[in-house]
Amino acid sequence: MTGILVVSEMVVEFDGFVALDRVSIDVLEGESFGIVGESGSGKSTLLRAVAGLNHFDAGGLMVDGQAYSSKRRQRRFYRDVQMVFQDPYASLHPRQTVDALLREPLIIHGLDNKEERIARALDEVGLGIGFRFRYSHQLSGGQRQRIAIARALITEPKILLLDEPTSALDASIQAEILNLLEQARARHNLTFVMVSHDLGIVNHMCDRLVVMKDGRIVELLTSRALETREFSADYTHRLFVASEGFSSGRTAPPAPEAS
Amino acid sequence: MTALLTVKNLRVTYPTRTGVSEAVRGVSFSLGRERLGIVGESGSGKSQTGRAIMGLTARNAIVETDMLKFGDIDLMRIPARQRRIMRGKSIAMILQDPKYSLNPVMTIGRQIVETLRTHERIGNREARQRTLSMLEAVQIRDPERVFTLYPHEVSGGMGQRAMIAMMLVCSPELLIADEPTSALDVTVQLEVLKILDKLVGERGMGLIFISHDLRLVSSFCDRVLVMYAGKMVEELPSANLKNATHPYTKGLLNCLPQIGVHRHPLPVLDRQPEWAA
Repeated sequence: MTGILVVSEMVVEFDGFVALDRVSIDVLEGESFGIVGESGSGKSTLLRAVAGLNHFDAGGLMVDGQAYSSKRRQRRFYRDVQMVFQDPYASLHPRQTVDALLREPLIIHGLDNKEERIARALDEVGLGIGFRFRYSHQLSGGQRQRIAIARALITEPKILLLDEPTSALDASIQAEILNLLEQARARHNLTFVMVSHDLGIVNHMCDRLVVMKDGRIVELLTSRALETREFSADYTHRLFVASEGFSSGRTAPPAPEAS
Repeated sequence: MTALLTVKNLRVTYPTRTGVSEAVRGVSFSLGRERLGIVGESGSGKSQTGRAIMGLTARNAIVETDMLKFGDIDLMRIPARQRRIMRGKSIAMILQDPKYSLNPVMTIGRQIVETLRTHERIGNREARQRTLSMLEAVQIRDPERVFTLYPHEVSGGMGQRAMIAMMLVCSPELLIADEPTSALDVTVQLEVLKILDKLVGERGMGLIFISHDLRLVSSFCDRVLVMYAGKMVEELPSANLKNATHPYTKGLLNCLPQIGVHRHPLPVLDRQPEWAA
């Protein structure tokens, strides 16, 4: 069975440095798929190569049954695959209003009913029409990330690529954004590919995940296996320990309480 | 025994075109040779509190306090020169991102030697020796090599260790760590925290650990101070975090996704205007 997004044996090199070394993933339709790893592990490179923001030197990419090369892709691809970036302070044009930011993808893809779509997109991310003529610098980090999500959803994509969508946000805002993403996924039957360094978030959001290190996939796990600690790779174990917080032996970390 | 640091009713305000912006509104605490965590979200005034204690607040800000004492020294009254001597010698501060807080055009070794020679009258050779042993203390494997490297040539974790080495080389009595690990990878974070934990324990200094990560802080510190909108909303021992009474603290603890706990949707903070009152 093949999924909606299939990456096979992908290799990305930057001036001889191998950033991705024969990486393969197979993401099923409607699934939420996590990619975990430390900085430099290639997790963002993989996402960017899928999105067409990076070249790839070898291997294949298949989206919704259609094969794509590293170079030019059909416009339909960019409509079906959208991305939300890590830093909402850097990913929105500072001199465009929210209206202009949301209108641009509509113009590029030639979609009709622009006014209605913009209003609906803003409503969906919980901001409302009042935000339409504001600039991004007038918004908080959480509000900016909501705009970035609205911009991604406005083309009615099938796949949403999420590159650490909450790591620049406060913990309290993070919960709101994660809830918003889950709602959107349920409503539009979206497929998520989510990069994060936080195992807690990936466990919460994703059904399956891969652990990456030094440009390679170390392990493919289900979220369930993560909970029952059925992982074999040493590196996964280290990440897991790190996610449990600091413990010097002096004070025991508080046990996670179920609610 | 007098407290290492006494802060009473600290206020930091920034005059702006549209009136004053109050970053810190009446923070009071005293610190012994212990670890105090200050937790809050961005804009809660936690970093401004740390900077005010260091005397590093921006020039246009107004810092007011009923008392700001380091041991018996009144930090608000001593001349700037004396404050400058204390900074780095008695009170040191670790900043968030080694990429921005180390001097990019000076080797790591020279920066640490500079700190040492600013505060102590020692020769070049001895300064070099102490720097190397300090680099070793922060578990840099090849101190001789790292001594000659520039900050851009080392990783984030290594840079932050160099920063810790620089701050601890004069054996300060009080260390303020402002998000010392949030720019680092999770696995590296733990290593850096272990080093900090060990050195702070061995040297018996006071530590103020500023972070947005309540769980991390509570596992690292003896006491936690929770800030919201420039005010302290709660102070409690780390062990009693579960018994937090303020809804903000509870909400913060509750909204983090945890492995093996399924809550869809995640509980979110329901901010009440009276929290900021």
